[in-house]
Amino acid sequence: MTKPVAVVASLAGAVKHYGALTALDGLDLMLHRGELLALLGPNGAGKSTAISLLLGLTRADAGKVELFGKDPQDISARRRIGVMLQTASLPQTLAVSELLRLTMSYYPAPRTLDETAELAGVTGLLSRRYAALSGGEQRRVQFAMALCGRPELLFLDEPTVGMDIGARQKLWTAIRRLVGEGCAIVLTTHYLEEAEALAQRVVVLGKGRVLSEGSVDSLRSRVAMTRIRCISDLDAASLATWPHVSHAERDGQHLHLHSDAPENVLRRLLDADPALCELEVRRAGLAEAFTELTRDADTTKEAA
Amino acid sequence: MSVTALDIISHQGMTPRRVFGAYVAEARSECLRYFRAPGFLLPITLFPTMFYLLFGIVMNHNAPGNAARYLLASYSVFGVMSPGLFGFGVSLALERDNGLLTLKRALPMPPGAYLLGKMVMAMLAAGMVIVLLLALAVALAHVPLGIRQALSLLVTGMLGVLPFCALGMLVGTLVKGQGAPGVVNIIYLPMSFLSGLWIPLSALPSVLQRIAPIWPSAHLQQLALGAIGLEHVNAWPHLLVLFAYTAGFFLLAVRRLRRLG
Repeated sequence: MTKPVAVVASLAGAVKHYGALTALDGLDLMLHRGELLALLGPNGAGKSTAISLLLGLTRADAGKVELFGKDPQDISARRRIGVMLQTASLPQTLAVSELLRLTMSYYPAPRTLDETAELAGVTGLLSRRYAALSGGEQRRVQFAMALCGRPELLFLDEPTVGMDIGARQKLWTAIRRLVGEGCAIVLTTHYLEEAEALAQRVVVLGKGRVLSEGSVDSLRSRVAMTRIRCISDLDAASLATWPHVSHAERDGQHLHLHSDAPENVLRRLLDADPALCELEVRRAGLAEAFTELTRDADTTKEAA
Repeated sequence: MSVTALDIISHQGMTPRRVFGAYVAEARSECLRYFRAPGFLLPITLFPTMFYLLFGIVMNHNAPGNAARYLLASYSVFGVMSPGLFGFGVSLALERDNGLLTLKRALPMPPGAYLLGKMVMAMLAAGMVIVLLLALAVALAHVPLGIRQALSLLVTGMLGVLPFCALGMLVGTLVKGQGAPGVVNIIYLPMSFLSGLWIPLSALPSVLQRIAPIWPSAHLQQLALGAIGLEHVNAWPHLLVLFAYTAGFFLLAVRRLRRLG
């Protein structure tokens, strides 16, 4: 009996150069069974390269890459994964069911066509030609192709680009269901609310290295900042001099404040202007944390 | 049953039968895909048949001898080259560019299924072109052809597409994307002319006659002429040259694909 592996794929000290450009600079990354990992980072941070290595599309210049304990170029390792790439133009003249059947044929124990179609929400599209589908529908078909092989590890590269809100919500539901069944998922996305809604763990890459790794909450807590918005006549310039106010600005009737101690600021604010109304207090989201993190990385690089 | 036991069954259980099924599915998809695409099928079938109809039948209506039979062989070779060059070369160049090849390489598609699928498709398309030309030759030009001769031309055409698949594949690894159709035409049309497919070699300048054995299409034409009983040539040298071209182009292409993806 083999020991059940909790780590389904890993990069250890992975280095990859493209000419003079260093895409990955000693990247360590582990993917665990049943976990959704969001891989974030600005363009050129190394997300695509990391995924290419894990899929066996390119080889690392140095370091170790493993997929289910094997070389990713070993086809028996890849029979356990599903893939949805960012840009893939599929054969236009094939029907959706034909595309799915073809992909299913690569796997040892695929889902049935009906189960695949139902999970990915493409049941109504099966008999249509791929060329006749809208961009969002084509993305759903690509998602169906990714999950049809009953994968234990799913790579989703910007899966919801081009989808409307309804389709995106359905895809999220399907993703949660797959994670619930024990499937591990690597998600890259530019939509931070997507990572916020789905990910158990977030890894932020910058310049080919891990900038931050942890849960959504722990990442968010790195930015101790809350946004306050209200209608008030108070002067923005004098508010900016208050303690714990890092930023104050007027936008028409509205005041916008940033604070690291919102309770103190609010108490003083309400005292100062009894006519204050439409008060909104919102904690910084992943977007702010992300901007902060990647900006830090940029400035340290420049200073160095 | 424990979880790990289940794992072993579901993931090492890619039976030889299922692997074979994946090759069949890939070839089937590739055929369906191209035979449904008029942009691929129409030029491939229309050019050789229209040329043959015009130059082989209409303009040779009162010509003596074996003109219609001779040109059946020539246009068969001309018609067989294009599914190989375009079906393989252009499609590979486009799919290296548009992400389909990357996706196929990431998916657990069995090795070689992609190339085999395209090969089967090109062979069927070549067979289709030959059948159309045979139908024109027999029905309109009244070329007397035995079943045996017709079948041997068909087999010559379906296997004769392979060197051009290999050449197309090499071009497809050298050129990426939209530039490929132009490059393929620069090879296809001059090579057809220089190997005497449009004007018989004997009517071309002697320099061109002497360099003709360079072109794989000239060797295939000799085989096609032999197949329909026009020339009694020894087939072996031509077969060997074609085989060498196929192997050479294929190995170079595979090397480049390995390196570049």
